[in-house]
Amino acid sequence: MTVQAKSLALPKSKMIENLGRNWYKFSRNPMSIVGLCTVLLVVFLAVFAPLVAPYPKHAGKFVDFANASLPPCRRYLFGTDVIGRDILSRIFFGFRFSLTMGVVVLSLVVPPGVTLGLIAGYSQGTWIETVIMRITDIFLAVPPLVLALAICSVLTPNLFNAMIAVSLMWWPWYTRLVYGLASTLRNEFFVNSAEALGASKFHIIFKEILPNCISPIFTKMSLDMAWVILLGASLSFVGLGVQPPKPGLGTMVSGGRNYLPEQWWISVFPALAIVVVVLGFNLLGDGLRDMLAAEEV
Amino acid sequence: MRFITFIVRRVVHSIFVLLGLSIVIFVISRIMPGNPARMAVGPRAPQYVIDELSRQMHLDEPLHVQYYYWLRDALHGDLGMSLVTRRPVADDMKEFFPATLELTLFAGFIMAGGGIFIGILSARHKDKWIDNLLRIISYLGVVTPSFIFAIFFLLLFGMALNWMPTMGRLSPGVSPPPTITGLITVDSLLSGNLTAFFDALWHLILPGIALAMGGLAQESRITRSTMSDNLTKDYIASARSLGIPEGVIMRKFLLKPSLIPTISILGLDFAGTMANAFLVEVIFNWPGSSRYGINTMLRKDLNAIAGVVLTMGVVFIVVNIVVDIVVGLLDPRIRLAPQRGE
Amino acid sequence: MSTPSLLDIKDLHVHFDVYGGTLKVLDGVNFTVHSGEKVGLVGETGCGKTTTMKSILRILPMPPARIPGGEIYFKGQDVLKMGGDELRRMRSEGISMIFQDPTTALNPVFTVGQQLEAVVKYSIEGKKLSRKEIREQAIIPLKEVSMPDPERMMGSYPIQLSGGMRQRVCIAMALVASRELLIADEPGTSLDVTIQDQILRLLHQLVEEKNVSVILITHTLGVVREMTDRVYVMYAGNMVEAAATEELFANPLHPYTHGLMAAVPRLTGGGVSDGIPGRIPDYLNPPPGCRFHPRCDHAMDICRQEKPAFYKLGENHEVACFLYRDGEK
Repeated sequence: MTVQAKSLALPKSKMIENLGRNWYKFSRNPMSIVGLCTVLLVVFLAVFAPLVAPYPKHAGKFVDFANASLPPCRRYLFGTDVIGRDILSRIFFGFRFSLTMGVVVLSLVVPPGVTLGLIAGYSQGTWIETVIMRITDIFLAVPPLVLALAICSVLTPNLFNAMIAVSLMWWPWYTRLVYGLASTLRNEFFVNSAEALGASKFHIIFKEILPNCISPIFTKMSLDMAWVILLGASLSFVGLGVQPPKPGLGTMVSGGRNYLPEQWWISVFPALAIVVVVLGFNLLGDGLRDMLAAEEV
Repeated sequence: MRFITFIVRRVVHSIFVLLGLSIVIFVISRIMPGNPARMAVGPRAPQYVIDELSRQMHLDEPLHVQYYYWLRDALHGDLGMSLVTRRPVADDMKEFFPATLELTLFAGFIMAGGGIFIGILSARHKDKWIDNLLRIISYLGVVTPSFIFAIFFLLLFGMALNWMPTMGRLSPGVSPPPTITGLITVDSLLSGNLTAFFDALWHLILPGIALAMGGLAQESRITRSTMSDNLTKDYIASARSLGIPEGVIMRKFLLKPSLIPTISILGLDFAGTMANAFLVEVIFNWPGSSRYGINTMLRKDLNAIAGVVLTMGVVFIVVNIVVDIVVGLLDPRIRLAPQRGE
Repeated sequence: MSTPSLLDIKDLHVHFDVYGGTLKVLDGVNFTVHSGEKVGLVGETGCGKTTTMKSILRILPMPPARIPGGEIYFKGQDVLKMGGDELRRMRSEGISMIFQDPTTALNPVFTVGQQLEAVVKYSIEGKKLSRKEIREQAIIPLKEVSMPDPERMMGSYPIQLSGGMRQRVCIAMALVASRELLIADEPGTSLDVTIQDQILRLLHQLVEEKNVSVILITHTLGVVREMTDRVYVMYAGNMVEAAATEELFANPLHPYTHGLMAAVPRLTGGGVSDGIPGRIPDYLNPPPGCRFHPRCDHAMDICRQEKPAFYKLGENHEVACFLYRDGEK
């Protein structure tokens, strides 16, 4: 076995072929397509909310007692809440918060988490590994929501701080994942030969080990979007995330709780919206996992 | 022998993790701007009271000294005072924690038992309509958060159909049993109070099942997939070829190896349950430590928050060790390093 | 032959339904074993040897696998039509199989003793035995396979045993059950050559002692020569040649058999051959006619169109090749 020089530049035809094959693998399961469409829809609604929502002003400070607490009808497809705001429009804007949460948290979490995992996996048997993994263990000893709640509670409640809190306790999952991968790969032939050739640690970690970890990391990221959004909704529900009157999805569910069961639509539709987003990302993540999985002979 | 070593190592490791966790919690609780002493007595207390309290709380000393005092107190059961209830946090925990424990254990049993049962059912009738239906339901169970189930159950079974109560652990008018363990179901059985037992059970159903849904779905998925994977393994074909009846193979030789991943996951699923208990308790107004935790978190009651998180940490770690022991007992590959037999 | 056959497979077809289509693995297999015979089955990996054996015991995974045609008779009974109890009796007392890989053939979470006792307990006589008697019965075959310290072995898990020991346990399990026909699927292939040798000698000895009939599957010709009375050569789901062992080695007829023999490197001159060019066919779209024709030096037009039948050449030699259609080449 020779040391492989990975050339990243592929001829155009090969890339198209790769894309085609990946799409085939992805689309084998129809549910993955459903996930993809759902996510695209949510993203579209979030991005173009001011243009697409029937009553974009309702997402901000708006009061209309004359039309308050209306059940779903032609004018207000999902009904209105107790101060007359259209729930459908608010849900579109709520998607913005959810997606922001997911994107920001993952951006903050993945680079340091992965890097730490790589370092720990590569430095097997040294104190560096022990320290990193012990710290990881501590954060993983408590269920995620609990730690997020605790961190959130010492900060002022708002979306920004919620994102900080979730980021602070989410990174260890990536460290653990990559640590497992890296410590297995560390003793592979290609790493040893790179070392023998005098490659720097930086090169080995980032150019040899990391590319082999990309698939599982990517899969985890896509599934994590769902969980992070869920965590954000849970925090908002409890009162520690998006604050009213902003239309966070969890916030809306919580806000409608006191009006159950008569005005059920105030809580139920935002709740369904949460389910749809989480489901969509889950299906998409499953599909990506199918796509990135090694082909069976 | 190796097994015992393995367990001992796990316990020692867990103690270190707990210690680390306590440091993290302590640091978080001291980051807050503001003087904890002032917060404890309120804004209108005179300065000398605050000074005296500060001295007693060791607030003028360096952080690691403070930590030492905090830890020492915690190990003696003193977790400080709660700002919200104005009682020792330890007392609050003693009062509220059993309710959460009862709820999460109930959910845990449903998760494990129900999950395995559904998984086996699915695997036996693989690819038939019942399997497909169960798989879809499991998938929805995994992606739908507990609090949404809680709200739907509340709406549907509690309010619309009025089958089950929606608040509290016992109906008004039912006299509670004496507090032995704090778990109403157990206590009422122990004291022979069957009315209370069934009433408590009835109150547990909605929140318990809502809480268990996620884990139930996970367990059934893993059981199903492990069983169907193992069905094609050589040792099953070999058992068949030696004349062992099909029923025995399914019940004994397939089930035992298939349960191993399921039970391994149980620890993680249980963690998820404990986390979701926060929201479910709020929705059902369940008087547990999680609802207490939410209230105190919203009011920045740091001692209480620390108490709740620490307790959760301990419970979670204990559960994980128990799960490790059970898996080790089930799977000899884990507890026996290969020895030379020759 | 005048002796009644113990096992008789006639024109067996086995198909596997997979994602891209249907794998037509077995394409009309004919195979006979007489009482007291030791029959070898040679062929390269993937030719269908194990599939044939699993069909006999009916332990193929039936959702992907199907048996669209053919018959299997054991002691005169139609195996494919057997009901639950008869099938169990056959597996329990009639035929046993020693699997190829002892590591996967043993259940990792049960002890050796538990697995052996299960075989005893669920055998037809086992119902009448007490727990103590079951345990005593279970330990006997461990002694027969020359296990050191059989008592301790009963309480051990497969993970604790070496490869050779696991193989012996598998042999022991096969011996507990059946006394009539033993199928040994490439015994010892996953092991060290020295251990493999031990295992084969053990098998040889046991077979002599117990006077069971044997089907020995292997892709090593040397083993066949030492241990069998008769040999079948299999290729791509068909039997291509069958003869008494000595006769086959003295006079190989089928071009594939020629190739196999030539591929064995000889110590005395001749060097190492290049092997047979080409690869085994794609079972999804197997070549029409004789499945070997794409690799055959002597392929004729008819080979590409029709499948050859088994032509008899002399008392104990049959070949499935058009070259011998009229008796001699």
